[in-house]
Amino acid sequence: MEKEKIIAVQNLTKKFGDFTAVKNISFDVYKGEIFGFLGANGAGKTTAMKMLIGISNPTSGKATVAGFDVKEKAEMVKKNIGYMSQKFSLYDDLTIKENIQFFGGIYGLSRTEIKSKTESLVKELQLETIINSLVGSLPLGWKQKLSFSVALLHEPKIVFLDEPTGGVDPITRRQFWEMIYSQAYKGTTIFVTTHYMDEAEYCDRVSIMVDGKIEALDTPKNLKKHFKVDSMNEVFLKLARNVE
Amino acid sequence: MSIIVQNISKSYKTKKAVENVSFEVKKGEIFGLIGPDGAGKTTLFRILTTLLKANEGNASVLGFDVIKDYKSIRSSVGYMPGKFSLYQDLTVEENLTFFATLFGTSIEENYDLIKEIYIQIEPFKKRRAGALSGGMKQKLALCCALIHAPKVLFLDEPTTGVDPISRKEFWEMLKRLQQKGITILVSTPYMDEASLCDRIALIQNGLLLKIDSPENITKNYDKVIYDVSTKNRHKLIHDLKNYPSQYSVYTFGEYIHYIDKQMKFNLEELLQYLKDKNHTEIEIKTAIVTIEDVFMDL
Repeated sequence: MEKEKIIAVQNLTKKFGDFTAVKNISFDVYKGEIFGFLGANGAGKTTAMKMLIGISNPTSGKATVAGFDVKEKAEMVKKNIGYMSQKFSLYDDLTIKENIQFFGGIYGLSRTEIKSKTESLVKELQLETIINSLVGSLPLGWKQKLSFSVALLHEPKIVFLDEPTGGVDPITRRQFWEMIYSQAYKGTTIFVTTHYMDEAEYCDRVSIMVDGKIEALDTPKNLKKHFKVDSMNEVFLKLARNVE
Repeated sequence: MSIIVQNISKSYKTKKAVENVSFEVKKGEIFGLIGPDGAGKTTLFRILTTLLKANEGNASVLGFDVIKDYKSIRSSVGYMPGKFSLYQDLTVEENLTFFATLFGTSIEENYDLIKEIYIQIEPFKKRRAGALSGGMKQKLALCCALIHAPKVLFLDEPTTGVDPISRKEFWEMLKRLQQKGITILVSTPYMDEASLCDRIALIQNGLLLKIDSPENITKNYDKVIYDVSTKNRHKLIHDLKNYPSQYSVYTFGEYIHYIDKQMKFNLEELLQYLKDKNHTEIEIKTAIVTIEDVFMDL
């Protein structure tokens, strides 16, 4: 079976003045894949991700996401992806319902679509009884689950998750990953960063960025075999020396 | 005892943040408060550092009462809050000088204590704190908390959002500070860091659920956990959850952790069940119990 490329990155580079944050990286991500994007703080992950979601222009090189060039067609990229991060997810002073309506509107969904999406989403997450509560009053784990669902409202082909589970309790963290799994099973591509190395094991393939470059890219199994270690944590420690 | 907490409770309006919590931290100990976001860890830190008053209970640090002797506590402890607390528009060096001056000391006076950490960020001492990477910010914050040579160090989630390498280095630094006689109360949502503490308290929803050494906590866990893996992980979780005698099923690194309800669990039967469900590359073995497993079963 021919694997469909949903992200294609070729020699992507980003410079800030004299400093090269991302150095000539190339990789592909396939449809329905859970792709882990790892690296130490300051390795260039965020910069690379910003280019892929169309909010930062590459200095050189090329990337297409969901079939659109990130430089030429940044607006089309944004329409076809979902994005959530630890830092920015939902509006705390809007209710659950208002957040869904707001983001549905942003993504250009019709009123009927928003209505039916709200119903199904709230039901799936079992938030029916608290639909009119402020998002700010929810525990972090719930907020992250809701935020993930909201990022999927417009049924994007790919969703970018930037440290979605930081600080979340172990049980909710796993529920979150079950949501990721079932979404990938439906064919959505997942591009995820994390500092939890057990979560790196849950990815189909993992890339590790060191000092602006991709130093390793393979399945967790092959990476462990290659570095002759038992866990992704050890792979990471071997590769990602601190470059600050 | 460096820290004594007796029946402390604290509510915010109707929400109980901390409920009847008691524990003691010995001198020179690394004591970990382990629990997720919203467990009540920060509230405890704020009470112990005299920034917040408890509704009920008593607490003392270095023999000083958190209410009556708050000034003595403030001058003898170091506090690194969870949210980055330094002045973003001051440079690395300016931040450190500022904190030294506040406590009536200088960088030179206690340089010995921070030297090992400071030399790592010294090349960037003219850089504004706001422009530092996560790992460097964390090192600077630790230097600032140490500059007045405190006897007790309060570290509220110092490693949250920090990559595994920097986290490892950070814990090595804590061990060295411990050797200098500093008592450390540290909180973390990373269960793997719990094993690096002398003793830990597991906390969730404002309640202390367990206090012991990490070794004892895992040793006293009364159930057997199995590592299970097959080629199709997604289907495996689903099938294990439908196995009649399952007690719990959850992902754990490359394996699924499986716990059975029965005392006399038959491994062969599970193996056959998975074969019947068309699983291939089946592996089942006894797992090593971790703090995370215990925590999830509380």
